[in-house]
Amino acid sequence: MANFDVAHEEKGEVSVLNISGYLDAHTAPDFENALTKLLQDNRFKIVVNLQGLQYISSAGLGVFMGFIEEVREKDGDIKLSEVSEKVFKVFDLLGFPSLYEFYDETEKAVEKFSN
Amino acid sequence: MSGKNTTTVPKKNDTYHMKVPAKSENLDIIRKFVSGIAEPIGFSDEEVYQIELAVDEASANIINHAYRDMDSDEEKIQVTVKTRKDKIIIIIADKGRGFDPASLETPDMDQYLKERRQGGLGVHLIKTLMDEVDFRIKPGVRNEVKMVKYFQ
Repeated sequence: MANFDVAHEEKGEVSVLNISGYLDAHTAPDFENALTKLLQDNRFKIVVNLQGLQYISSAGLGVFMGFIEEVREKDGDIKLSEVSEKVFKVFDLLGFPSLYEFYDETEKAVEKFSN
Repeated sequence: MSGKNTTTVPKKNDTYHMKVPAKSENLDIIRKFVSGIAEPIGFSDEEVYQIELAVDEASANIINHAYRDMDSDEEKIQVTVKTRKDKIIIIIADKGRGFDPASLETPDMDQYLKERRQGGLGVHLIKTLMDEVDFRIKPGVRNEVKMVKYFQ
């Protein structure tokens, strides 16, 4: 079975989700639950660090799409960081770079929220 | 030398079959089955990823749509991989409810993301990632998506 993990980290008012492994239709609910939890805790400034992510399918992309509007309505954002070239190509195919901010370093994505 | 072929010379004109229960936990097994064939015959890492993704999307569609609300212990996904000199052919088949491929327009992504729709991206991806894609739909009998990728 594909492994997938979400680790949650607080950086001031920014929440960082470090996701790793394989994000597909089977593991997408785990990621969805992690984001749901953040929103329930009124945490809308979110960075998803994709450094350990080896694979993503449209089910995983769908999770990002499912939360972005609500998060932005609450003056927050979901920013993405440290995505591998391989995984970025999938985001790119579906036009994500024009709708989401991608950062090379997680720290820069976190800092961006305080600007 | 033993008869075992340990070089990277691709095997050609072979056919491989696999049948698994239509459950999302098996997507990983399906991906590994297909990449285990595509990689040694000479597809690049990037191409192997594209093939895995196309196969994953087709299989996830079956799990989420073709067999939705059905007893998945009974429902299977059948994967056939054929290797040829110039290409790999992959057929993903099910006996679920099927769909009308003509109803699947290529989505306008801006609009799509604004509407927060989450389904339907799979077929769009399959068509983008593979060189040829063909659907044959006979609901309840056999639905299949045949996809082909050529060696560069």
